[in-house]
Amino acid sequence: MALLAIEDLSVGFAREGRFARVIPGLTYGVEAGETLGIVGESGSGKSVHALALLGLLPQPPGRILGGRAVFDGHDLLAMSEARLRDLRGGRIGMIFQDPMTALNPVLTIGRQIAEPLMRHKAMSMRQALDRAADLLALVGIRDGARRLSQYPHEFSGGMRQRVMIAIAISCEPALLIADEPTTALDVTVQGQILDLMAELRDRLRMTMVWITHDMGVVAGIADTIQVMYAGRIMERGPVDAVFANPRSAYTYGLLQSLPHGSRPPGGRLMQIPGCPPDMFAPPPGDPFAPRNPFATPRCHVEAPPLRPVPDSVPGHMVAAWYDLPRLLA
Amino acid sequence: MTAPLLRVEGLRRHYASGGGLFGRARYVTRAVDDVSFDVMPGETLGLVGESGSGKSTTGRLVMGLEEPDAGRVVFDGTDLTSLSSSQRKPFRRRMQIVFQDPYAALNPRMRVGDFVQEPLLVHGAEAGPDRVAALFRTVGLDPAFMQRYPHEFSGGQRQRIGIARAIALRPQFLVADEPITALDVSIQAQIVNLFQDLQESMGLALLFIAHDLSMVRYLCSRVAVMLRGRIVEMGPTEAVFGDARHPYTQALLSAVPIPDPAHERGRKRLAFDAGGYAFPPAAALRDLGGGHFVLMGEAA
Repeated sequence: MALLAIEDLSVGFAREGRFARVIPGLTYGVEAGETLGIVGESGSGKSVHALALLGLLPQPPGRILGGRAVFDGHDLLAMSEARLRDLRGGRIGMIFQDPMTALNPVLTIGRQIAEPLMRHKAMSMRQALDRAADLLALVGIRDGARRLSQYPHEFSGGMRQRVMIAIAISCEPALLIADEPTTALDVTVQGQILDLMAELRDRLRMTMVWITHDMGVVAGIADTIQVMYAGRIMERGPVDAVFANPRSAYTYGLLQSLPHGSRPPGGRLMQIPGCPPDMFAPPPGDPFAPRNPFATPRCHVEAPPLRPVPDSVPGHMVAAWYDLPRLLA
Repeated sequence: MTAPLLRVEGLRRHYASGGGLFGRARYVTRAVDDVSFDVMPGETLGLVGESGSGKSTTGRLVMGLEEPDAGRVVFDGTDLTSLSSSQRKPFRRRMQIVFQDPYAALNPRMRVGDFVQEPLLVHGAEAGPDRVAALFRTVGLDPAFMQRYPHEFSGGQRQRIGIARAIALRPQFLVADEPITALDVSIQAQIVNLFQDLQESMGLALLFIAHDLSMVRYLCSRVAVMLRGRIVEMGPTEAVFGDARHPYTQALLSAVPIPDPAHERGRKRLAFDAGGYAFPPAAALRDLGGGHFVLMGEAA
């Protein structure tokens, strides 16, 4: 059964008197124990929809136009702010890209880890600080008891992200939503965080939604990949099937545009032409059609539904009017 | 044998920090420490490393945007560090830089056509609208865009504008400081292909500063790896990527995510404590043969 089920979530944005439906109607589920990797670039809706379902979307300029986000049987979008606050940091953990803005600069690290434990687990300050020291050890910060009394600026970027992870997992959430948590980090630190998250996920049996622009990161951490573009799901499915046999021209283009090894003499990277659409004036039909060399006339006028890929593994779905393998053959 | 277009010798830049207003500095950050390398005409040298490695500072020192504490920057046989600002002017048209954030580099109140034209006027070069239009076409932009303002462009288009300005004076050498880092994945390949085209059509030599190792492997013929201000390994790209010798290079390469789930499941990342690593005494770049250098102590 799905731990999280998004049903026809629709989000708009207002800017300078204009209005854009940045997410026209999004439906997907995350099974308990699954790690879903959501890939997209700017304007794909990957971050906006996560903020919307957590009740963190700034409104205005954003506006939730409809839909449901059912977590463990309860619709997050219909919930009171008080109940939502109880869930966030409790049964739903969150990690964002920039730990410096997410941490409070004037509170000690210990205080910031202890706070959700006191709030959600009814611990005393003493108990919570003991637990906070354990959590720092769990995320690989040595000498945790001493570091509890330090402030965010005394930690490096990688260490701050570890602190954010410690806060996010402190109440052993059933669901962890991570939005570009390693993007600002150096590649070796990113590697350490990815290893740490995989280990914590297995130990705490967490369900994860991992939002990123990096296909390599998704290949490593996710069971299921969901590729988003212009607020829509273009393709989703088990990582092995989608990476080996992409059915959306967008997924295919993203994978092909990445360098593999060194450049052969005279070689060029395959590039996707154009740029992502302006959501205040989106193209009719399949939003990727204007950039898609494989687009059919129908792609330009009618948006394709997300449907199962007939000759692939269960769960592999694509939104496309064309049959990519046939066009590539 | 061809002479190098750019020769960097013993470049050093240290910053003092940690002291009070009138107190003595408590720490010295060795941002760039004894860095030497050559760039041949038309060559692409990749400069990689993580934040704080000194790779961007190296680019700025090469361009004269910062003054080194020691060392020389020799361009086409002339030591630029010994020249006055006015003596350097003719060299500034031969070497240019492209930055990571194309928006920060653009003046929001200036038409982008004027922005591209500006260096032509400064150096008294042919600066007519036809010349600017030709530059727009070279970087893949419609010349009709010349009258527009920066906010009307996407990130990839802004980077193309930055590149048009950088190549306006037909430089022989370009520093590209993280030019694709801020761009969407679907745009990065466009810009890398553009660099490659420019290189082929203009014979441009490139110092490509980046942290995306896969892209550096693809684009660069040689690569230098920096750690805490020093080059720890340098050589032909395939030698460094295929047979990395320094433990830091090995750790860095072991951490690059590959878009292949089967490969990722079997990955073992190598640990390396970049902050705690002690450089061996009397460490110097030593030649392993074939132009592949590794920083090693004397005994090694």
